[in-house]
Amino acid sequence: MSDLSAARTATERRNRWLLLSPALLILIFAAAGPLLIVVVYSFLTPGDYGGVKPEFSWNAWFSVVMERDFFTEELTFADAHLSIFWRSLKLSLMTTVAAFVFGFPTAYFIATRPKRSRDAWMLLIMIPFWTNLLIRTFAIMELIRAEGTVNTLLLWLGIIDAPIQMLFTEFSIMLGMVYVYLPLMVLPIYASMERFDFSLVEAGYDLYATRWKVLTKVIFPLVKPGVIAGSILVFVPCLGAYVTPRVLGGGKNLMLGNLIELQFGQGRNWPLGAALSLTLLAIVMVALLFYVRAAGQEGEKSHG
Amino acid sequence: MIAIENVTKIYGEGKSAFRALDDVSVTIKDNEFFTLLGPSGCGKTTLLRTIAGFVDPSSGSIRLGGKDILQSPPYKRPVNTVFQNYALFPHMTVAQNIAFGLEMLGKPKREVKATVEEMLELVRMTPMADRQTGQISGGQQQRVALARALAPRPQVLLLDEPLSALDFKLRKDMQLELKRLQTETGITFVFVTHDQEEALTMSDRIAVMNAGKIRQIGGARDIYDQPAERFVADFIGDTNFLDVEVLEITGDAARVRLAGGAETTARGAAEAGTGMGAATLATRPEHARLVPVGQGVMEGLLSQVVYFGTDTHYHVTLSDGAAFTLRQQNTPDMAHAFTQGDRVGIHLAPGVGQLLKD
Ligand SMILES: Nc1ncnc2c1ncn2[C@@H]1O[C@H](COP(=O)(O)OP(=O)(O)O)[C@@H](O)[C@H]1O
Ligand SMILES: [Mg+2]
Repeated sequence: MSDLSAARTATERRNRWLLLSPALLILIFAAAGPLLIVVVYSFLTPGDYGGVKPEFSWNAWFSVVMERDFFTEELTFADAHLSIFWRSLKLSLMTTVAAFVFGFPTAYFIATRPKRSRDAWMLLIMIPFWTNLLIRTFAIMELIRAEGTVNTLLLWLGIIDAPIQMLFTEFSIMLGMVYVYLPLMVLPIYASMERFDFSLVEAGYDLYATRWKVLTKVIFPLVKPGVIAGSILVFVPCLGAYVTPRVLGGGKNLMLGNLIELQFGQGRNWPLGAALSLTLLAIVMVALLFYVRAAGQEGEKSHG
Repeated sequence: MIAIENVTKIYGEGKSAFRALDDVSVTIKDNEFFTLLGPSGCGKTTLLRTIAGFVDPSSGSIRLGGKDILQSPPYKRPVNTVFQNYALFPHMTVAQNIAFGLEMLGKPKREVKATVEEMLELVRMTPMADRQTGQISGGQQQRVALARALAPRPQVLLLDEPLSALDFKLRKDMQLELKRLQTETGITFVFVTHDQEEALTMSDRIAVMNAGKIRQIGGARDIYDQPAERFVADFIGDTNFLDVEVLEITGDAARVRLAGGAETTARGAAEAGTGMGAATLATRPEHARLVPVGQGVMEGLLSQVVYFGTDTHYHVTLSDGAAFTLRQQNTPDMAHAFTQGDRVGIHLAPGVGQLLKD
């Protein structure tokens, strides 16, 4: 009998591994494997025409933040890289904040519609999200370029005398990213608002809370998990954004994604590209840790 | 004092317009336990929410202590609500929930703390002060909701079917508790229920509502003993309705002829405004008595006997086919033990029946 049950547990164990195998395969080939390759590449020497030479070197990691003057061999911070890091962080944060500022009222609006029309509103939010990223980005470009819709309209209305330079600025990158990632903010906030019991709002009003107090003391604390999820979903892809800064930044306002691409393309410095990618990953991890910690602490506080 | 005058609330427009409140006028006195009683959908919640400020009436006025409150938003009305689902803030502790209203009013910290402690004491929740609202039972949540609404010392407390989610035993306890709180705090309670027994046992005065209208206002006894109309008589307690013919009217009293031909006297002729001829007579089941055939004013067949412990219900099919129910207290020495299938007589003491307007 014990033989039998032993055999059964053995079978069960085998089945369990079998069932897990798709997930494991994906993890190995799509996550762990490539990551390992990137780590290894970052410690090698660049090949002459791209690729890598199998010689160990710290140079790539060194170049992430420092640079050696070509003639004097003097060591300085790599201002170009640092300013790109800074711009990426700054634009990602600003985009997240802007997406929240527009996304929160949008989610609130949809969540307070009658049940039947909510899905229609959500569909309107999602349609752009299903549209090709390039198309959406070029659409923004068409809107804001010097002879674009907005400038033409403003000129025609006589509000401005000369077209405003909006394209190829940090503003245009941010505008593009807010537009592209807004659904990722709206969706999780809407999800937590849909579960939100709106009779609590009435209870708030009833207990002498003004609109603002109801928003900050009742609604916001209860939909915060959605806000945090939305912020992460917007912030992380913004950090690594490539298409939007490429098209709307006009090659002047690089972000991390463009810098990395440069190393694998014209720069022919694959190890530096690898090291930069890992740095981006590290920034994302630190940011996530920071978010999760902040959210966790809040949760603990409210649990007394 | 709350003076509600000619308040009408119409939901929707055009063809789909619906009168949830239809020209409602009522004055609720200070320190009164006032109950709105009526079937589901009759507009009780709408009236309560109009007082609280969550519903704008289509017309009419509401004055609180002489001041028109319809222009004030809910957070400026000295009125608090105990919501049907309690609506406690799930991200706050019991004490934080109770403190909320006081904090919003900008009371100093020390006063808030003292009042919260006093309120916890009042609803006997002191040991639970730091619990999350999800970690306490339904009855306890109910008490927290009460304490939270009472803490800012409103002039009026509105309660929307606050006991309907509780089980029977707890409901009985909370009925007494509510009555005690109302007496101790001296705050006017406007209480909504569809449970007539709850209304009868707790209220100083009751307004019976139907289809957006107030049908009768009065003390529990008035409403039970002298229902103004068929709806009230039917909704409050059990009632037998008999078709009668009015023969003679003297003041409020009337001589009437029953279907079987016998005559008796009834009350309410003046109020019901009945003339001579056909009318409806309402009789409470406990006001009639079963007697041997020939001794009563009506006769019929005893079709069902239901024993309830303290009393017994007798269902009689009258000679003309109408149904009549009697309720008699059980005593150890029951004089007449009637059994199912017997032919029986029904005795009505003169003047116990009430004439109704339909
Ligand atoms: N916001 C609303 N829109 C349309 N009809 C409503 C609305 N609120 C309530 N009603 C209708 O008004 C009537 C009275 O509702 P309510 O006051 O909730 O009744 P009660 O509390 O007595 O059960 C019901 O028929 C209900 O369907
Ligand atoms: Mg109701």
